[in-house]
This record gives sequence, C-alpha cells and structure tokens, in this order.
Amino acid sequence: MATPDVPPLTCKEVVELVTDYLEDALSASERRRFDEHLSTCPYCQIYLDQMRQTIRTVGHLPEEAVPPAALEALLARFRGWR
Amino acid sequence: MTTHTKHAEPDDAELIDALKQRDEAAFVRLVQRYQGPLLRLALVYARSRAVAEEVVQETWLGVLEGIERFERRSSFKTWLFRILVNRARTRGEREGRTIPFSALGDATLEPVEPAVAADRFLGPTHPQWPLHWAVPPKSWGESPEEELLARETLELVERAIAALPPAWREVITLRDVEGWTAEEVCNVLGLSETNQRVLLHRARSRVRGVLERHFDPE
Repeated sequence: MATPDVPPLTCKEVVELVTDYLEDALSASERRRFDEHLSTCPYCQIYLDQMRQTIRTVGHLPEEAVPPAALEALLARFRGWR
Repeated sequence: MTTHTKHAEPDDAELIDALKQRDEAAFVRLVQRYQGPLLRLALVYARSRAVAEEVVQETWLGVLEGIERFERRSSFKTWLFRILVNRARTRGEREGRTIPFSALGDATLEPVEPAVAADRFLGPTHPQWPLHWAVPPKSWGESPEEELLARETLELVERAIAALPPAWREVITLRDVEGWTAEEVCNVLGLSETNQRVLLHRARSRVRGVLERHFDPE
C-alpha cells in the first residue's frame, strides 16, 4: 500500500535506523519504509551487510585469558569459606 | 537424545545448588565458565589489567559471601555481573575516575555522533537524491569471512572497542562479544531498552567504520 503522505526514507536515515531494524524495534510502518528503501538501494543493502559482518566479527573475539594464579587464589579463599 | 543431555554441562542452577552445599567442583566450574567474561567487562572500568583482575577476584568473594541469600529472583549470571559492575563502579568513583554514563541512565545526554560522517551523504537540497549516499560503502568482498576473522582484523576490532566511551563499550561487550540478550544487558547495567539500543547502535556503527577504513582505505 502506498502511503503518499510519508516521504520515503533517505540513506542518512537508514544508517541511523539499522540497529532498531536488526533489533526488531521498528514499528510495522517504519519497518515497511525501511524494507522499501532497501529493496531499491544497493548501497544501503551493502551497509546492512557490513553491520551484520561487524556484529559477527565482534562475536569472534577470543576470550580474555585469566592467569592460573587467580584460580589458585580463589580456591584458597573457597577452602577458607567452606 | 537422553544420553546426550546426560553428559551435558550442568546448568547454573544445578551448580548453584551444589555451591550452597560447599561443593568445590561446582565452584571451579562456575569460575571457569564466567572468569573470562567477567574480566572482559571489568577491563571496561579498570585503569589497568591488574585492577580488573582484582575486581574479578572480589566479585567471586562477593558470590561466596552472598550465595546463601541468593534467591534466584534473577538469573545467577545477572546477579554475578551486577556484583562486578557495582564493585567496579564503586572503585572507579573512589579513585576519582569517571564512571560510564549509563550508570546515570540516559544515553541521549551524550553528544550525538552520526553512524556515518555527514559528508558521505548528498546535501538536503540535492535536486534528485537529497540525503542519499554521495560516497557509498563498498562491499567487503565476495568471501570476506576469512578476512573478517583474521587475527589482524580481530585485534583491530579489539582496539576499536577498547577506545569506545565506556558506556558504549559496556553494551557492545555484553551484547555482541558475549552474546547476551538485550534484556539481560538492561538488567545488569540498569538501562532502559531504548538507551541500550542507542548505545549499542553507536558502538556498532563506530566499529563498522573502523572495519570499513581497514578494508577500504581511501
């Protein structure tokens, strides 16, 4: 359904809505406008892909290494507590 | 299926029951499960790695002190990380350093940084494409997965996150590094859903920008 009173989203607006889009926090009408923009804008599709790739990359950071001495010290405290 | 679940890792609730019975193996399991994530969050607040490690140790002592009173109105994970956040923030205040803004609960008071620099878009009066891309993003390649997960890239991302304002860093650390839900993050950091999203958006946008400059240096 066309909504002539609401102007289409600009790319500048899309990049600020991308997290709300990925978090599923847009209203139904906002989401429709977002999808409509995406369907005609290859650049914003690339942008959305990059955000997804960014999230995936951040999710692959290696775990912080904890010094073994820390566990030893905790165990000593645990035994005292027990 | 049943044999599979039989050998699965015990969940937090089972370990908490055992810990209340003073079971050392349960304590070790919990420490191993959460030590790394706790340290990562502690690093957001601490001025040095040594201080962060100390705060993590204090957190576990807090667990031992409080476990009897822990009644599971929240998940163990939420309770555990709240102890860490409280200790780390208190310590930061004592040392006269700024605490993350999210402690005050309003992300919208921070200066606004656009997700993408304004000069990457055409002006608002452009006759055909107002506020559309002038310098559009370029795809990071056909199979970027390998490059994205290369050690060099991960180190870059690690540094980019470390350089974020603490309130942004708290949120992206828990959401995207540790993979928590929005609800869990709001609970631990005392944020509204909206503020959580604003902070996450700024953090992700900044990290995307760093990756973009890495893959497509001008």
